Amino acid sequence: MTETMETTDTTGSRGSRLLGVVTLLGLATLLLFAFALTEPDVRLHPTTGQEIGQFDAVRLLYLHVPLAVFTYVAFVLCAVASAGYLVKRTAWFDTMAYAAAEVGTVFCGLVLVTGSIWGRPVWNTWWEWGDVRLMTTLVLFLMFTGYLALRRATVDPRASARRGAVVALVAVLDLPIVNRSVEWWENRTLHQKSTLGELKIQDLTLFTLMLGFLVFGLVLAWLLLHRFRVGWLEREDAGHGVATAIAERRADIDEGDVDAAVGEGA
Amino acid sequence: MSRFFADARLVAAKDLRIEARSRVLLNQVAPFALLVLVLFGFALDADQRTLRAFAPGLFWVAVLFCALLAIQRSVSVEQADGALTGLRLSGMSPAALFVGKASAVFVQLVVLEVLLTAGIIVLYGSEVEQPLLVVATGLLAAVAVACTGTLYGALASGLGVRETLLPILLLPVLAPVLIGATRAFDDALGNAAVDGWAWLGLLAVFAVVATAGGALAHGALVDE
Repeated sequence: MTETMETTDTTGSRGSRLLGVVTLLGLATLLLFAFALTEPDVRLHPTTGQEIGQFDAVRLLYLHVPLAVFTYVAFVLCAVASAGYLVKRTAWFDTMAYAAAEVGTVFCGLVLVTGSIWGRPVWNTWWEWGDVRLMTTLVLFLMFTGYLALRRATVDPRASARRGAVVALVAVLDLPIVNRSVEWWENRTLHQKSTLGELKIQDLTLFTLMLGFLVFGLVLAWLLLHRFRVGWLEREDAGHGVATAIAERRADIDEGDVDAAVGEGA
Repeated sequence: MSRFFADARLVAAKDLRIEARSRVLLNQVAPFALLVLVLFGFALDADQRTLRAFAPGLFWVAVLFCALLAIQRSVSVEQADGALTGLRLSGMSPAALFVGKASAVFVQLVVLEVLLTAGIIVLYGSEVEQPLLVVATGLLAAVAVACTGTLYGALASGLGVRETLLPILLLPVLAPVLIGATRAFDDALGNAAVDGWAWLGLLAVFAVVATAGGALAHGALVDE
């Protein structure tokens, strides 16, 4: 028992600590590039010669776009793990689905917040009701908020896993709509279509954006790793609790059965 | 297959019989629906023209609120005396159980929609320009809401926090129904120049997916 405590009082390991250090250094580098080294977005109007563009607000996109992409990744991971759980019914899939949903919801919330802060100077509004991508992203966030509420409210771990898996598989149907919205409703969105494929953006800008993708990929992996381990430990802890309780009850009834009961639980 | 529909009809008849005897829909949910329409009138402090312009949206928000009550009721009748356990032990397929429960909710929703339609005509001065579109929208949206609601009702059943959990789980998923049904009503009530029949297509797709998905997923949920 003490041995278990020593090995499980932290969710860190040599590998995850290294990953954490690299992630934090990467975040610092990204901030340096995003807020200091890249230029603000200033262009001259072709006829009037006035300065136009997003100015310093463009720097937020180095966070916003990678966060959005890894929101997709996290939620797809959650859906795949949920489907895996419904097929295989193993704790690994369920713990992974829960972990991915939680990290994905945080990412999705940050996407909405950074987008809103960016939209105020650029679109001149915190929130644009007509924008399909905004609305579908908000609905996605609310559905996964519901998922987390359901997971917390359900005491029975097997019921929680099954019900969560169904909710996640429904919620993820919104993902392709969010992703395709800029193509399907061109006139109903202020979001631009993806221009990454055309490499229109200037060099340092593109490099910083790519760095953003790399760094937020690491952030997702790091958070996911720890959240998964916490989930796994919670499950083991609940298992230990039940095993201990069973052992104690058996000890009350018959001293001779204790060894067998502890043996089953361990 | 006939066994399937016979089982579903049994479950639906059971739920509707409970409803006919307890009169929860007529005595509580129906007055609540009208109350919501009146509250919108107070809240918007509006003349009849404004209310008439917003009538489709207000109508469908009222339907969703009432649907929450109907679904809560549908879930809670199975909680008492371990009724759900009895149904599971009867050997009935979970899909038939789902279709039966959803059908009963559907019937109740249609009754509420008729009442609310009368409500917006009388209170908000709406005029039905395309009766066929109104009926088709009402029926398809009721299927979509009843099936999605029954599935999410099963998700939240047996939990102490069911009453508060169900709305946050269900309402975001029903957002497409709210949008589609409101646009279709915009057209049918002559409020806006939109193609209501195209939005009806969205409702139809949602209704089909909700029915099939709900029937499939219900097995995983009640088999706990």
